[in-house]
Amino acid sequence: MDYITTIGLEIHCELKTATKIFCSCPNVFGGEPNTHCCPICSGFPGVLPVLNKKAVEYTVRAGLALGCKINEYSKWDRKNYFYPDLPKAWQTSQYDLPLCGAGRVDYRLNGETRSVRINRIHLEEDAGKLVHEGGVTKVDYNRCGVPLMEIVTEPDLHSAEEVVAFLEELKSRLKYTGVSDVKMQEGSLRCDVNLSVAPEGRLGTRTETKNLNSFRAVARSVEFEAARQKKILSGGGKVVQETRRWDDGAGEGYSMRSKENAHDYRYFPEPDLMPVIMTAADVERIRADVPMLKNERVAKYTGQYGLPEYDAGILTSDREIADLFDGAVELGAAPKKASNYIMSEVLRKGKTEGSEDVTVGISSRQLYEILSLVDNGTVSLAATREVLENIWLSDKSPAAAVEELGLKQNNDSGAIEAVLKEIIAANPKVVADYKAGNAKVTAFFVGQVMKATKGKANPKIINELLPKLIGD
Amino acid sequence: MNDILLLSLTELKRKLDRGEVSSTDAVKACLNRIDETSGLNALITVTAEQALARAAAFDRGELKGSLAGVPIIVKDNISTAGIRTTCASRMLENYVPPYDATVVKKLYDAGAVIIAKANMDEFAMGSASQNSYFGGVKNAVDSRRVPGGSSGGSAAAVAAFQAYAALGSDTGGSIRQPAAFNGVVGFKPTYSTVSRYGLVAFASSLDQIGPITRTVEDAAAVMNVIAGHDALDSTSADIDYPDYTAYDDSLRGKKIGVAEEFFGAGLQSDTGAAIEKKLAAAEAAGAKLVKVKIESFKASLAAYYVLSSAEAATNLARYDGVKYGFRTSKPVSDYVDLYYKTRSEGFGAEVKRRIMIGNYVLSSGYYDAYYLKALKVRTLIKQDYDNALAACDALVCPAAPSTAPLIGARTAPAEVYLSDIYTVPVNIAGLPGISIPAGSDGAGMPIGMQLIGRAFGDRELLGLAVGMARL
Repeated sequence: MDYITTIGLEIHCELKTATKIFCSCPNVFGGEPNTHCCPICSGFPGVLPVLNKKAVEYTVRAGLALGCKINEYSKWDRKNYFYPDLPKAWQTSQYDLPLCGAGRVDYRLNGETRSVRINRIHLEEDAGKLVHEGGVTKVDYNRCGVPLMEIVTEPDLHSAEEVVAFLEELKSRLKYTGVSDVKMQEGSLRCDVNLSVAPEGRLGTRTETKNLNSFRAVARSVEFEAARQKKILSGGGKVVQETRRWDDGAGEGYSMRSKENAHDYRYFPEPDLMPVIMTAADVERIRADVPMLKNERVAKYTGQYGLPEYDAGILTSDREIADLFDGAVELGAAPKKASNYIMSEVLRKGKTEGSEDVTVGISSRQLYEILSLVDNGTVSLAATREVLENIWLSDKSPAAAVEELGLKQNNDSGAIEAVLKEIIAANPKVVADYKAGNAKVTAFFVGQVMKATKGKANPKIINELLPKLIGD
Repeated sequence: MNDILLLSLTELKRKLDRGEVSSTDAVKACLNRIDETSGLNALITVTAEQALARAAAFDRGELKGSLAGVPIIVKDNISTAGIRTTCASRMLENYVPPYDATVVKKLYDAGAVIIAKANMDEFAMGSASQNSYFGGVKNAVDSRRVPGGSSGGSAAAVAAFQAYAALGSDTGGSIRQPAAFNGVVGFKPTYSTVSRYGLVAFASSLDQIGPITRTVEDAAAVMNVIAGHDALDSTSADIDYPDYTAYDDSLRGKKIGVAEEFFGAGLQSDTGAAIEKKLAAAEAAGAKLVKVKIESFKASLAAYYVLSSAEAATNLARYDGVKYGFRTSKPVSDYVDLYYKTRSEGFGAEVKRRIMIGNYVLSSGYYDAYYLKALKVRTLIKQDYDNALAACDALVCPAAPSTAPLIGARTAPAEVYLSDIYTVPVNIAGLPGISIPAGSDGAGMPIGMQLIGRAFGDRELLGLAVGMARL
């Protein structure tokens, strides 16, 4: 029998606001245990929450980037459960009226466009962490109250491949909007997978898999769980509705709790917080902060600028790179030249080995100026590598660096002609080769002039002079 | 008793500012009085040393403000940095807050001298101040009787001249009812006018801090210090706060609303007669009595116990033995067992009862029948009171259906809950309410009369109360 796998995701994403959601503690990753918390985020008697408006704004911004409807009225609820990492014994969350409603995300897979509907996005607070060491369990409240956005998709995915492609698109959009670091290894992006298997046209019983810490783990867990459920069904068995935990080391999931043991969260409206009102004007103001996303930029680069898909893909792999490119082009740089320079020089310098992170150490203006200096012959393309080193992570002008490093190109034809004449005179054999039509030896003359002028002669001038001088 | 104790807060303040008495004398007199009347068990912690140091600072001219040098008591569910705040619970027996409640900060900023933390019902749950881990409180007028609750310690202390004012908290009558039982003034301001930051939450949507004093004028003076917008409390009203002492206390032309629902079965005859007498005197003084209807009156107690218990169940969930406060000393097998034993041993019976009610009404399958329905009743009650108050300046009713009962006379929870019937709807509607003395019953026990005003009409209500108290 043919089985269809149906997958919906619940994605938790920590927002990178400066402070926590309900107090003024800094929102930073890590730190010595219990050093980034206060009476409010550690749930002391008598404390009250005050909403961080930035967290609301970031969630709305993310919602707009995921095509969501923004709800004019949303409110807060208490989700009650006992666990030592939850100091108030409830999580302040949004139950029936979240900030963002339905949306849709298109993503590319194997050259075609597919889409996932977003059910909702709500805002809540993160919990702390339990640290098990030496037979005791300790609690670290540093993460308590970090703003956490939960994105819930409709069950529109059907394979591990689709899930990963969608997550890549989602991650790129969240990163582009600047609301989160979206680092799975640091837990700022977490994903729970709801999956069911059933014969086509029927609905299966779903399970939820938690503790997925990388896209690879997500993909493996999807494959594992789909296979597990298919095996049960083809054996005539029934899938049990349950929450499962993924063990990445073992490469398998196991049951955590069944539906019968599911929590009754006893949600009820949070009396300590006022509802959130988002007027149309508020939404428009926030929309202005949503940048052009990756897919839109790829279309622009390949269409309007005529860049190859490959180049467009690299330029948009990170918003900072794309912004660098867009800025330089806006200032007047030729798109292809700017693209080439970023891919060959800027990324060579900005990429750290063994990391996906890219440092963009120059501004659009600096990039534009470097390209202009090459264009007008002030500096050779090769020499700009030294310029780049010199101005990296500073606001120094490339022209000043060229001056300071003495890299200014020699454009004096008379002086270059004198040098070239000497070289021609000293190398009759090569001259003969040249005359015989061996164009390759041009490089020999250029190289010799460069050597004599310490690399400063403008090669363009050498190339112009050569036929004239040898032809004489 | 030292004569200095017989002064009202306002009178004391005048004498302090003129240098006619010293704050040290006032504080010492209060501390002596606390010793003499310690049998009331009105206090949990006395901060004598700190109070004497602050009094000395005032006497050296170092403390300024509208309450500078005045000895005040704070209910023990209001956080005081460095001074234990127990909520009269074993759970917080040794809990010392790391921060001051906004009202405490305001008291300090106004120069007040905090001399003690008052006994109360555990976590403010109760109407007689007998549910305290530190033992029950006795009525200041007759020690065989209950002082009311939950701010029974605050009310008995003020009535016994242990201080010039006390802060209480009022979720369903916890300031007004004990004030009535002890023959003093208890004022519950409009919800959101006094910051709740630092008040250990019982039912967040109903809780409100307010003063217990010996005169209405004194209550207004304390309001001037504790009211105001607080950025730390998201429900705090961002309005222009008035000078609460600049009230109009004339009764002439004032409309006083009287609902027949307020004078039904269950009302002690002496109490009913005392209120009628006051109303007649008010009419004679030029006030106009207006008949109003509060049809939802009877439904308010049920709605209150659903709503307040639901909120309490989650507010009290944090006491789990993990972070602060009491932790079981018995061996535990896992964290659930730690919670189970800690909470079983740390909470008293009434608190456990409310937590169970609260979790029940919020649980899946029962939410609509209880919590949601109670929310609807809340809307109706609010409408009834708003409509009634549109036709008059204030409503008048008893503060409690009877005067203070003997300790141990009422034990069935439902019977105890009935004593809040006149005060509970005022919290549900978020309105200001004040209880003022209105004579005494055949046994000599004080009768309290309640005046209920419009939302944010606190100053007008205080003015009316001054006028009525004069009758």
